[in-house]
Amino acid sequence: MSTVVTTPDAPARQTHGQHQELPFLRRYVFSTDHKIIGIQFLFMSLFFLVLGGLLAMAMRWQLAWPSNPEIPLPGGSLLPETMFTQGIMLPEFYNAAVTMHGTIMVFFAIMPLLVGTWANYLIPLQIGADDMAFPRLNMISFWLAVPAGLLMLASFGVVGGAANAGWTGYTPLSTQDVYSGVKTGQQLWALSLTILGFSSLAGSVNYITTIVNMRAPGMTWFRMPLSTWALFITSILILLAIPVLAGAMILMFFDQTIGTNFYDPTTGGQPLLWQHLFWFFGHPEVYILILPAMGFVSDILANGARKPIFGYAAMVWAIIAIAFLGWVVWGHHMFMSGMNPMLGGAFMITTLMIAVPSAIKTFNWLGTLWRGNIHFHSPMLYALSFVALFVVGGLSGIFLAATPVDIPLHDTYFVVAHIHYVLFGGSLFGIFGAITFWFPKMFGRLMNETLNKVHWLLTFVLFNIVFFPMHMLGSGGMMRRLYDPLQYPHLQDMQDTNVLITVAALGLFTVQLLFAFNFFWSLFRGKVADANPWQANSLEWSAPSPPPHGNWGGALPVVHRGPYEYSAPDRDSDFWLQADPEGGTAHAAH
Amino acid sequence: MSQAAAATLDRSTSGFGVYNLKLGMWVFLLSEVMFFTGLIGAYIILRFANPEQFAEPGVVLNVPLTALNTFILICSSVSMVKAFAEIERGNQKGLRMWLLVTIALGIVFLSIQAYEYSLLAHEGFVPVADAYAAIGRHGGETIVGGPLYGATFYTMTGFHGAHVTIGVLCLMFTAFKAFRGGYSAQNVGGVEIMGLYWHFVDLVWIILFTIVYLI
Amino acid sequence: MDGFWRLPANISTFGAEIDSMFLLIAVITGIVFVAVEVVLIFFLIRYRWRPERKAFHTHGNSRLEMIWTGATAVIVVIIGMMSRGLWLDIKDERRFPPAGLEVIVTAKQFEWNVTYPGADNRLGTADDFVTRNQLHVPANIPVHLVLRSEDVIHSFYLPELRLKQDAVPGMDIRAWFEATQPGQYTLGCAELCGLGHYRMKGAMTVHTSADWATWNGQQIAAAAGDAAVTAANAAGSATATDANAPGAAAATTPARTAATTPAAAPDGPTPGLAAADHEHH
Repeated sequence: MSTVVTTPDAPARQTHGQHQELPFLRRYVFSTDHKIIGIQFLFMSLFFLVLGGLLAMAMRWQLAWPSNPEIPLPGGSLLPETMFTQGIMLPEFYNAAVTMHGTIMVFFAIMPLLVGTWANYLIPLQIGADDMAFPRLNMISFWLAVPAGLLMLASFGVVGGAANAGWTGYTPLSTQDVYSGVKTGQQLWALSLTILGFSSLAGSVNYITTIVNMRAPGMTWFRMPLSTWALFITSILILLAIPVLAGAMILMFFDQTIGTNFYDPTTGGQPLLWQHLFWFFGHPEVYILILPAMGFVSDILANGARKPIFGYAAMVWAIIAIAFLGWVVWGHHMFMSGMNPMLGGAFMITTLMIAVPSAIKTFNWLGTLWRGNIHFHSPMLYALSFVALFVVGGLSGIFLAATPVDIPLHDTYFVVAHIHYVLFGGSLFGIFGAITFWFPKMFGRLMNETLNKVHWLLTFVLFNIVFFPMHMLGSGGMMRRLYDPLQYPHLQDMQDTNVLITVAALGLFTVQLLFAFNFFWSLFRGKVADANPWQANSLEWSAPSPPPHGNWGGALPVVHRGPYEYSAPDRDSDFWLQADPEGGTAHAAH
Repeated sequence: MSQAAAATLDRSTSGFGVYNLKLGMWVFLLSEVMFFTGLIGAYIILRFANPEQFAEPGVVLNVPLTALNTFILICSSVSMVKAFAEIERGNQKGLRMWLLVTIALGIVFLSIQAYEYSLLAHEGFVPVADAYAAIGRHGGETIVGGPLYGATFYTMTGFHGAHVTIGVLCLMFTAFKAFRGGYSAQNVGGVEIMGLYWHFVDLVWIILFTIVYLI
Repeated sequence: MDGFWRLPANISTFGAEIDSMFLLIAVITGIVFVAVEVVLIFFLIRYRWRPERKAFHTHGNSRLEMIWTGATAVIVVIIGMMSRGLWLDIKDERRFPPAGLEVIVTAKQFEWNVTYPGADNRLGTADDFVTRNQLHVPANIPVHLVLRSEDVIHSFYLPELRLKQDAVPGMDIRAWFEATQPGQYTLGCAELCGLGHYRMKGAMTVHTSADWATWNGQQIAAAAGDAAVTAANAAGSATATDANAPGAAAATTPARTAATTPAAAPDGPTPGLAAADHEHH
């Protein structure tokens, strides 16, 4: 029995491709088209990416030249007196910058860049659907993210400033303003993240339903590109993790506003309860932030190497294994929290086991390059950097997972280095790869290759200068979230490293302007792209660039093979579209 | 391409044979399970850490009243099942009637819960730590339990109540549509997912009733 | 402070074991890192695009998958098993060596108060005395700490001891160490605890056993005398137990000038800080 033709919504799906002309507002603002929503998420999160970067620059400035009125933060005088006075950045601002940099980058930049943008844009195109299962819910998902972002922005302007208890919001610092000095900012923080949670949930319900139910004829589970696989598993993680965060945030909000005492130890509340709930969400969140990038990189590497992905099934199972293990490792964030050490020992073992699927992925990427015919187009350069840098982030994780070694390293710059190798070296390089790779599909124009390659080279070099020495700052004993390292004698000796990092970080931020320029310039002036500029296989490359409303012009594509049939023997062409009927394994008999 | 061809191709392809709306609702309910698991987990941890802040069953909370309320909610699940059964047979009238019964039972449940809240607040049982002064159902001078009792009770039952409220609003929308002939034996999806949600809310209540009131 | 990793000089008994574990992991991960990057670069050069070449069409190799899955699993399991014993030696109360000295460390925004057992060597008795931002311990004797917090979560961090442990309000968390090198070290807070987090530091002095006896004796005498004064006058007075007293501060934590540090302004809520110079239990 065919499930597609008997579903109640099947008739609706046939007609989707027809209504073309919509008024501007419904077409570009309150659009229900998955592609427009993906692009909306892209622009929103790029804005937050820049904002998060600016906050990082302010922090770096303070760390290199702490409270030095001779070298004041440029533009610091624009800040209110309570944040910046007489050329000196106050801890009020520094702690808020630390908190908001983390919060914005994790929740408003990387997560919507990976999931909001690409799950929306790619899933229907890669599985051969005309849109999401619930287009209106999809629109609501974006329009919940916007007020969440606005609330987060607004918190900078309220009395006391933005939240300053760290992106992890450890209680009771975050719940009792007598300790942090910030009341409204912390409340807005909890509220904003709760609303954003609803946005992510709406998205996940959509992605999961769409992938399960709306795959084109012939698109079996094991013919899905790894991007879609990764986004599918990520959606499941979001679906199950976000409600726990929402619950924890709501309890926090009640503590902050109506005076409950869930996390207040003076009347029996449990500060560690917050940590358990937060990290029960937080560790799956880490994989939410890396799995999609792994998917994009797999697609791009196979394309660049002109080879099938090495060990496709192993790659899928590795994603599933990482997602599964992600639920039983949250305690490794709490080794120093006073949690029972026996429990710590158990969490160490589960955490170390994550190295196994991570290694499977890395070795399979290398296997994909082996005996390939490697094109160094710019998406490929970003994807290769992902592999090179993710290895560093993964290996530094082993230091932190080994509990005794974590004792000196916990809450130091070693952790900062580790997370940035994963989230910047990994996720963000994956995002750069994805943007450059699918830009022609999105906008019908190619980005400038030369500019991209310059951007790639400078970003790669500067990234390593910024973040690699942070490992040594950490093993040298520099704590995270430290407003003034010169307070400590052992950190004074390493101050030149902090200056070096800051100078490189300023360069790293500046180089990103090159990408921004290329992005907007190519939007209007880039070379016009055909349907398949990278000679790739997956379904989206069978649709026009950019695909029309409904994607396929009425008739859904039929899938004949897996997504990685590059350089198939006995063929002249070194790629083979999934939708190409020639020599197909599934014959569409008429 | 013909439908038959699509069917042959499709055999190994798509779906679990569940249509979008229903699958979407199941997926959404999974996340709801995690939400209530989080709240219940927090409750268990707080209660284990502070057993002295929680009272024996029936001392503060009115178990008979809530047992009646639980019964009413279970009845509303039965009427929801009836509503779905009627429309599956194409009986519009039956659908409308049972939907209205379900709505009425939902409203009764919420009213009793509101009445219970007001009684409890009157006895000093509130979620605010500074104001907690529960004297229990039988009055007296001593304060029974502690502020975590109030905070967890109102959070858990309150979120459930919010779910019932949303459910009643959705039921009203479903009934509105039913009265305009929006469903038929071939088009039952809206009623079915409404029922899924409603049964889920009912199930959550049985769990909450057990651990908050009876244990 | 030297070497590639800039590890601070280790002064604790278990620190050397942590360092060996650290270096072992550094060697293992270093080998993997170099191997992966070398192979990656080799492949990129060897298999760079050539118009006449066609990539080798393969979907993978199950035997290879099993080899690298198994090898990784074996390595991480070994690391895990090696780490577990050391971890429990350091953190599991049941494995603590018997205490030569037990002190209570009470953290609050933004200071460390240390309660010593006094003459009877027992905590919770009348002769306990308290120092602020100063931790004095004898060398070569296991010291037990009971970590408490009065407000938010802090983290007791002494890089040279390779010791870190959060202090959580509402909990008594026990830790131990045995310092091997007499000298002056800086105790820091590793968990963001508010606006003054960056300057929540204390001085740790590791004494030789003779020095320790002298210092402890002086403090006991001072506390006894002070208790008498307090009883008579009901007012505290500045004593030598304050690390911020001129001599002690200059030796351990070079204070930065007021012109470059806005430390005075962003104090945050530290009620009764001045009055809390020392207290008696």
